[in-house]
Amino acid sequence: MHYSQARWTDDEERYEPLLSEKDTTAVSTDDSPLPDDLTRDSLELPALSEPELARHYTRLSQTNYGVDSGPFPLGSCTMKYNPKFTEALAGDSRAALHPDRPEETAQGTLAVMHRLQDYLGRIGGMDAVSLQPPAGAAGEFAGILVAKAYHEANGDDGRSEVIVPDSAHGTNFASAAMAGYDVVELASDDDGRMDLDALEAAVGDETAALMLTNPNTLGLFERDIEAIADVVHDAGGLLYYDGANLNALLGRARPGDMGFDVMHFNLHKTFATPHGGGGPGAGPIGVTEELAEFLPAPQVRERDGEDGYELSEPERSIGKVHGFQGNWQVLLRAYGYVARLGDEGLRDTSAKAVLNANYLAEQVDFEVPFGPFHHEFVASAGDRDAADVAKRMLDYGVHPPTTKWPEIVPEALMTEPTEAESKRTLDQLADAFDAVAAEDDETLADAPESTAARRIDQVAAAREPRLSWHALE
Amino acid sequence: MTDHSRAAGESRGTPYAPHTPEATAAMLSAVGADSEDELFDVPESVAFDGELGIEARSERAARRHVEGLLSRNDDLTEFLGRGHYDHYVPAVVDDLASRSEFLTSYTQYQPEIAQGFLQALFEYQSMLVELTGLDVANCSMYDAATALGEAATLSQRVRSVSGDRVLVPERLREGKRAVLENYADGPGVQVETYPTDDANADVEGLEAALDDDVAMVYAENPTVRGTIEERLGEIGDLADDYDALFCLGIDPVALALLEEPASVGADVVVGEADTLGVPAAYGTGHGLFVTREEYLRQVPGRLVGAAADDSGRRAYTLTLQTREQHIRRERATSNICTNQAWLALRTAIHAAWLGPDGLLDLAESCVTEARDLAERFDAVDGVRAPVHDRHHFREFVARTDRPAEAVRADLAEAGYAVHAVGEHEVQVCVTETAADDADGLVAAFEEVA
Repeated sequence: MHYSQARWTDDEERYEPLLSEKDTTAVSTDDSPLPDDLTRDSLELPALSEPELARHYTRLSQTNYGVDSGPFPLGSCTMKYNPKFTEALAGDSRAALHPDRPEETAQGTLAVMHRLQDYLGRIGGMDAVSLQPPAGAAGEFAGILVAKAYHEANGDDGRSEVIVPDSAHGTNFASAAMAGYDVVELASDDDGRMDLDALEAAVGDETAALMLTNPNTLGLFERDIEAIADVVHDAGGLLYYDGANLNALLGRARPGDMGFDVMHFNLHKTFATPHGGGGPGAGPIGVTEELAEFLPAPQVRERDGEDGYELSEPERSIGKVHGFQGNWQVLLRAYGYVARLGDEGLRDTSAKAVLNANYLAEQVDFEVPFGPFHHEFVASAGDRDAADVAKRMLDYGVHPPTTKWPEIVPEALMTEPTEAESKRTLDQLADAFDAVAAEDDETLADAPESTAARRIDQVAAAREPRLSWHALE
Repeated sequence: MTDHSRAAGESRGTPYAPHTPEATAAMLSAVGADSEDELFDVPESVAFDGELGIEARSERAARRHVEGLLSRNDDLTEFLGRGHYDHYVPAVVDDLASRSEFLTSYTQYQPEIAQGFLQALFEYQSMLVELTGLDVANCSMYDAATALGEAATLSQRVRSVSGDRVLVPERLREGKRAVLENYADGPGVQVETYPTDDANADVEGLEAALDDDVAMVYAENPTVRGTIEERLGEIGDLADDYDALFCLGIDPVALALLEEPASVGADVVVGEADTLGVPAAYGTGHGLFVTREEYLRQVPGRLVGAAADDSGRRAYTLTLQTREQHIRRERATSNICTNQAWLALRTAIHAAWLGPDGLLDLAESCVTEARDLAERFDAVDGVRAPVHDRHHFREFVARTDRPAEAVRADLAEAGYAVHAVGEHEVQVCVTETAADDADGLVAAFEEVA
């Protein structure tokens, strides 16, 4: 498979010119209905016609790569196909409400939210769900605040540490720190899984929680999860489930059954809402019964004694982690997806995601340490630079895997094909891996050549930041 | 019944996996397994073999089902604001932003293949720099409330002397305050209030609340009650006197007309950028965050920078990623990973579509529509509007002789939504999307007020 990305150039120096380079106009606020001392003097912005804008943004889109452009096996990001009908749902004018709508007039929206809370609870094996966190990391933050509130309510406020394995997502560390915890990093065992002895040595009276994703970022299921849960619980800590890799377990295993007390769901990963170039996503959290009263507000519940739903604040709620009700349009898309798939579709999603990862791991020439895998695997580029391998893969029309992480695997290529790729595409992907592996270092270092931009000097960009068109003048 | 091909009698699976039975068999054979179930390395003791009890549907049925649920929402004309605003979004925004190369892409970790989104975000940042007069805009955060939380923790980190108090106006949307409290909790920031006077900041009261322990002073323009602040420059000076950061809450439509944040001494500007590009969406928003260059390395979230590629031509890339969680982990400036990038794209397209004339016209209409509607309310018996003797932007508060909650409920019955914000106070927000229905609202108000 070969590839050539669109490349629009008005001259030698640039790609598609900036809006500001096309046409800019300044207007004065002198005739405004406000006194001069309350207004700015003038406003200078691009002034383009709609046809010019249509062409500008169409050209920009042509120099951008999405899941609909080709394979996107970016490990841990679950870049699966986004069904088109959920876009139609999100655009439904009946869904376009103001968040302060009286509840009795928003029963449709609340019904969708209530059903999604219910479905996520069943999928996660959790007793209560809040849809408020607007992203996975926001869910982590909310979940850790819930854990903190739980400990404090028990008068157990000496717990100052959160334990995080070294293979965890960077967000785990940052979310725990934002909530005011010291982060204790735990080295993985030789088999890529949690080191139970190290965990036992690390837990204690100061342990507030252990954050864990299962399967982990190496694609490995933590088989000792029940023992892990016992160690953490015996020490008085809580077990947090990072839902980033839940796509591997839909309908097959549930965090609640494994002993997790609190978890987040990444709706933009597991539940197929578009990643949108980096958002919006949504990161609902689920908790066991003991933690339900601390969930962020609002939650949706059935009205007592009459049909319909209302927003409610759990008794000892941590408050809010988003100004309103979270990213509603993402919730709506995810609900549509679950309502389409049902039990069998969810189970089959994981079956095909896991089959695809195992099949692709089997096909590539690079060494793949550890195993067996679930939804993703981490290949090692060995003595090749993983970043160079990734850049060269772009020339084959493939978005490369996540590179150089987790650091447990040297020159890591973390690869997650998802259920949405066919055998034919996986074979092409493997061919791309293998073709790159066979190429000389110079070719890799010069890559990519078929993309809208050649290799970009990110170090120089950081050394001399130019963050707006004003900085280019 | 199903709308994708499948052999008769075969169990339903996901319609979004393209596997034929033959392909599945060949792949299983390649990995040496007899069945997919065999691939799951899950101990039996934690395996789930029950039913979730979720019904599978065809696409048509799923769509009908969800549309059926949504049809339970009443058709109500909303005159609602208080932090979430509905402006008309031109069709070109939906059309261009929905191009799947944008919509189905991810964070731009491989910039060479993501120039289009990066350039759009660079242009978004640039327009916010122009609107605020400050130096550095990130390319979207969750919403105004979380942006305020990030500003508070940033202020604590960058302040040259110690001090953990942040001061916010006593009149602040409750949700914003609640989020701020949660962001403040971990680093031990104390959230305290300063008084307001007739909805605006009471500058003398603020001065009395200031001391050397204050890391940040927050004000909003317009305020939660829709009034336009008149003494922002003095607030900026006061914050400066105490070496506190001045954080200003605002949105891009208001920025087109109101005092430029840089000129009143703002160090950080936060707010909802979604007033452009995002229709009423039950609170889905995206935050703006703009600051001075000196705080660049403390900025949360994503930044796009101009760069050069190997051929020497201009290109764009995410930059200063050493601030971010995937590099810096627990020492990151924030935990932001997925944020609201696609909504920032929509804001950029909408702003570019309006241009400076259109944006200024829109901002001016936010002043005149609210003023005109308040005058019409004031003419109703038993009503005084606006309650605050100020200039207004989009919204105003009206005093009613009848209890506000009863007025609100009766208006909802008549098909109109307004906020009840006090025992005898309702708040009304009017933008161009509701302006055509103002006659009906006034008529209904005359009936129920």
